[in-house]
Amino acid sequence: MVALTARTRRRLADNAMAYAFMAGGLVCFALFSWYPLVRGVILSFQQVNFVTDPIWVGFDNYRVLFNDPLFFTAWRNTVLYTGLALLFGYAVPFAVAVLLNELRHFKGYLRFAVYLPIMLPPIVVVLLWQYFYDPGNGLFNTVLSGLHLPESQWTQSPRTAMLSLVLVSTWANMGGATLIYLAALQNIPGELYEAAEIEGASVWQRLRHVTIPQMRFVLLVMMLLQIIATMQVFIEPFQMTGTSNPDTITVMVLVYRYAFTVNQDFGLAAAMSVLLFVVLAAFSAIYLRFARNVD
Amino acid sequence: MTITARPPAPPLPQPPAPPRRRRARKLDHSSTRTLISAADLNRGSGRVVYYVVLTAVMVVFTLAFFFPLYWMVTGAVKEPQELAQTPPTFVPESFTVDAYVDAWNELQLPRFLFNTAFYAAGAWLFQLTFGVGIAYALSKLRPMFGNVILAMILGSLMLPATALLVPAYLTVTDVPLIGVNLLNTPWALWLPAVANAFNIYVLKRFFDQIPTDLLDSASLDGAGRLRTLWHIVLPLSRPVLGVVSIFIVIAMWKDFLWPLLVLQEPDSQTISVALSRLNSTARISIDQMLAALVLASLPMLAVFLAFQRSIISGLSAGGIKG
Repeated sequence: MVALTARTRRRLADNAMAYAFMAGGLVCFALFSWYPLVRGVILSFQQVNFVTDPIWVGFDNYRVLFNDPLFFTAWRNTVLYTGLALLFGYAVPFAVAVLLNELRHFKGYLRFAVYLPIMLPPIVVVLLWQYFYDPGNGLFNTVLSGLHLPESQWTQSPRTAMLSLVLVSTWANMGGATLIYLAALQNIPGELYEAAEIEGASVWQRLRHVTIPQMRFVLLVMMLLQIIATMQVFIEPFQMTGTSNPDTITVMVLVYRYAFTVNQDFGLAAAMSVLLFVVLAAFSAIYLRFARNVD
Repeated sequence: MTITARPPAPPLPQPPAPPRRRRARKLDHSSTRTLISAADLNRGSGRVVYYVVLTAVMVVFTLAFFFPLYWMVTGAVKEPQELAQTPPTFVPESFTVDAYVDAWNELQLPRFLFNTAFYAAGAWLFQLTFGVGIAYALSKLRPMFGNVILAMILGSLMLPATALLVPAYLTVTDVPLIGVNLLNTPWALWLPAVANAFNIYVLKRFFDQIPTDLLDSASLDGAGRLRTLWHIVLPLSRPVLGVVSIFIVIAMWKDFLWPLLVLQEPDSQTISVALSRLNSTARISIDQMLAALVLASLPMLAVFLAFQRSIISGLSAGGIKG
């Protein structure tokens, strides 16, 4: 046995202690985060059938993907969804936060109201809105016809299906972003507004040249987070329009379909996931570089 | 905003030490002045515009955020023929709680609600135990390769949940080395829940702000690492533990895609997965479904009402700092 100095022995004991504290958590990370990442990439080059060992198939899974017309439909829909969600889901919470920040009454009530949908399970939101969207006697068409406006087919028409999904999602999720923007608005020093006002800046100019530049960091981060999240949209198209509807099938729904319903092909699903991961990673890298250069 | 797969943004809690006072004063000061000055709002026409806008916002917000819930609750008390009529009635003309009773009994809601609560409780226990372990070790014990581990944990934040979906599912069906199948068991939700980099990061950030002197004096008095954690670190961390606990429970209650994959056996399902399955397979009347939606929402709404202040101020106090 090598003689260890007391110091070294203490250090070893300390390290052993630290790793004992981390052991349980690290096993979980290894099993359900780090290992699956590696396995996902490997899986995308394999064919799995659970009877024999997996077979290496090279780029076959990717080739099948590129020959599947649904593949391109899913990407187009996902990008459309993300774009529409930026238009509504990104702009609305910011506008709402700026508005709420100016109001001096019922602050607690209004914050409570806008955050309320966040506390509903998403499945409840989606199933409830399905009744609202019902073209027959749904709430929305009832209100539209009551106002003598044209009715809509909502989720059942190719033209409005995606927009309908974005509306649900915006309603359900805007509370979180609104509260974050409100917090950021409250951190803007009041002197800036006072100075701008003394210089004769209008409300609009103050918003444009004080509020938005001061919020730049939050706005940029929230946009990136939102794009990453909306590119992975699942429950709205899955539950409202199903896994085979070409109007609304998205990348994640297609992954689900490949793995668990129609194809039962985990290699194909893994290849699709890897592509989504690569796209998101590349987008994030470019976005962050661009955002830094804007400074 | 349409973040669907992510928890709410970082609630970075206030440190336990003095800096708190300084920040509070700054906030008070800045909240006195916003885009539009109080003077403008008090002047004649500004005052009128303000109250018109305020009224409009109150009406629109109440309609937008409370009316759907009103519709859900009242829809379920209407007699089925009233519910089916076109155009629908805005105030129920009939009243019956049959739909609620039927949903409760026939759709087996108590079982699914119990399942969800059980999964949430377990996820809470495991995530806090293991998460605090990692955060404490990385923050205060500073082992060798601690930085590498921290980087690997934070790196998993960058991974979209989707990239892991299929391989993580395969891992659950046949856990490496021990070769057990966790499908349809609570472990399929509890263990992956532990791998939550976000909550560990929040905990570690908080622990970092606890002065090391405090821990050193405890260890001089002969307290071991575990005693120090239990008697000094955790009591000081009550606010952050509360926030993280709320987020764990909300996340478990709202999660859909992962439980959909790993809980395929009906009796093991969460309320969300069960509702999705019932909606697409069983022929359930609309009034029963609406009642089921109400009953599924109640637990979280109760949590929200009870912890409203900490949830909203937790988000507002931290958020993403610019």
